[in-house]
Amino acid sequence: MADKNNDFKKNPFSLQVDLSRFSPSQFDLATEEEKAQQEVMSESTTFFKDGMRRLKKNPLAMMSIVVLVLIVLACVVGPMVVPYGYEEMISVNGRRDKTAKNLMPFTWSKNEQKAIDEGQKLFPHILGTDEQCRDYFVRILYGTRVSLAVGLFASIIVLIIGLLYGSVAGYAGGRVDLIMMRIVDIIYSLPDMLMVILLSVIMKETLAPLIQNTVLAGLGVNMISLFLVFALLYWVSMARLVRGQILTIKENEYILAARSIGAKPARIIRQHIIPNCLSVIIISTALQVPSAIFTESFLSFLGMGVQAPMPSLGSLANAARSGLQSYPHKLVFPAVVICLIVLSFNLLGDGLRDAFDPKLRR
Amino acid sequence: MAKYVVKRILLAIVTVFIICAITFFGMNAIPGGPFDSEKAPSPEVKAVLMERYNLDKPVIVQFGLYLKNLAHGDFGVSLKTGRDIMKTISESFAVSAKLGGMAAAVALACGIVFGSIAALNRNKWPDRLIVFLSTLATAVPSFVLATLLLLVFCIQLGWFPVFSTDSQNYVLPVIALSLYPMAYTTRLTKTSMLDALGQDYVRTARAKGVAPVKVIFKHGLRNALIPVITYAGPMIAYILTGSLVVENIFTIGGLGSKFVTGITNRDYPMVMATTIFLATLMVVMNLICDLVYKLVDPRITFD
Repeated sequence: MADKNNDFKKNPFSLQVDLSRFSPSQFDLATEEEKAQQEVMSESTTFFKDGMRRLKKNPLAMMSIVVLVLIVLACVVGPMVVPYGYEEMISVNGRRDKTAKNLMPFTWSKNEQKAIDEGQKLFPHILGTDEQCRDYFVRILYGTRVSLAVGLFASIIVLIIGLLYGSVAGYAGGRVDLIMMRIVDIIYSLPDMLMVILLSVIMKETLAPLIQNTVLAGLGVNMISLFLVFALLYWVSMARLVRGQILTIKENEYILAARSIGAKPARIIRQHIIPNCLSVIIISTALQVPSAIFTESFLSFLGMGVQAPMPSLGSLANAARSGLQSYPHKLVFPAVVICLIVLSFNLLGDGLRDAFDPKLRR
Repeated sequence: MAKYVVKRILLAIVTVFIICAITFFGMNAIPGGPFDSEKAPSPEVKAVLMERYNLDKPVIVQFGLYLKNLAHGDFGVSLKTGRDIMKTISESFAVSAKLGGMAAAVALACGIVFGSIAALNRNKWPDRLIVFLSTLATAVPSFVLATLLLLVFCIQLGWFPVFSTDSQNYVLPVIALSLYPMAYTTRLTKTSMLDALGQDYVRTARAKGVAPVKVIFKHGLRNALIPVITYAGPMIAYILTGSLVVENIFTIGGLGSKFVTGITNRDYPMVMATTIFLATLMVVMNLICDLVYKLVDPRITFD
């Protein structure tokens, strides 16, 4: 048979492939490696992964993440390392050291110097001490902690209220929507800062007897009134945003499909609408944090924020004004920390918007 | 058009009324009355005083009386100084309006110029510098900036007096107040200018040989400024609230410092009067800005 095949003369015009020119090894199955070479499509990505990839390419956003992580780490670890408390007055050998007043960074008071000469080991005052002999570095760390906590919690409160209100208004539509949005319009046109100041003064006075001897008393009245003020005033823009998103998403076919197979409104909101407007919500929450920190520091600066002796960056800056001429560093440090936090959150928010907002994609 | 204007005016009136109600009932909810200080008068005197200031009537009646007096421009009397609040407000508002007006003018003028420069030099070094600086400026709270300016220029360099009642040291307060709105105006002008220059009519104008300067000013800038008008309302609100601390720091006796000292002194009628006055001012300014915005651009429809 083989001979006969060889004898076969190929028609010059035949398109049949001449198999004798190939070796059998060339007809082996392709290895995994060779298959991979043929892959034209890149790995399929999710919306989140795609956004993260974009975010990682944005140097400013990544830098602000690093700065924020460092600040958070310092706030958490710092007070454990430094052996002073935020309201603790410096004492040497168990006795209050009155000479440790308004020390410059990395200096010792007379009594401390004596103790060191006698062979004691003391922790340095990295940023000096304040007018009440308290370690300033620890106070700044706690102040940063308070400011960050206020920013985060206020944003979460705003997020929850705005999300609920906006999704109900947007989903219900009709007259319910009209009335709910009129209320939003009115709250929106209230001058926020004045109302914040006024409400925090009012609440501080009226809440104090209410929360006495409860768990909340530990937080301080000012802090709670601050949160309440945020809860009352700042949710409106979030509610507007969520409502607007829902109104556009509601018109999509998949919502119609879900409704036609009998899905309940709550399920449609949870499963179909919220995930689709999630990116916009996350971005505006990220941008809410710095504005909350701004407001808190503004109020603390006016002496209406957190309760003394608990420090906050704003109240530290305010306290530094009295000794501005002699101890300018006391103003500079809290000011720099506020600016760093706000700047980082702003840049991160901008980066998130560029990475996750589908409308900006080019 | 008329329907929209009427609707907006009604909404503004409702807002002002709500502000009055919140301030009034809020202040009344605070325990303690104006005559419960340490030097408390005898019960008889107190009763007379309560009757004199209508404090013996139910809160809702007091509110009605307060509104009636308010409509006549009567804010009552300060508890600390005993002076007529309306007089105090009109005096201190003159100072605040001067400071705020200068700050607003500086913010708008510089913001529009910087924004246009950034847009016309897109992705070149002037653009990058302006964007960098404006991002930085939005992260500095006004009170921090004001205190730092005071520290550097008044104390360290001694260029300006730390305390003076003349008008010559308005330079630093104006800078402190105008930096944030300036940065925002810059960013806003830049984006809307880029948007305007990308329009078809600009290409047409260039194609038919209109002088480049004329294209930039007449076709570009005039259209780019329309969104800036909408920012004027929030900007006035920012400047008014910002002046609360800036006036306090630079010891300028404006409305803001009256408000802050009113709060620290627990001078409730003063706080109430200043809040109502400032809030009404902001609401009215917002209304005017919105209406002007719609009037300037005939493409915007009323709905």
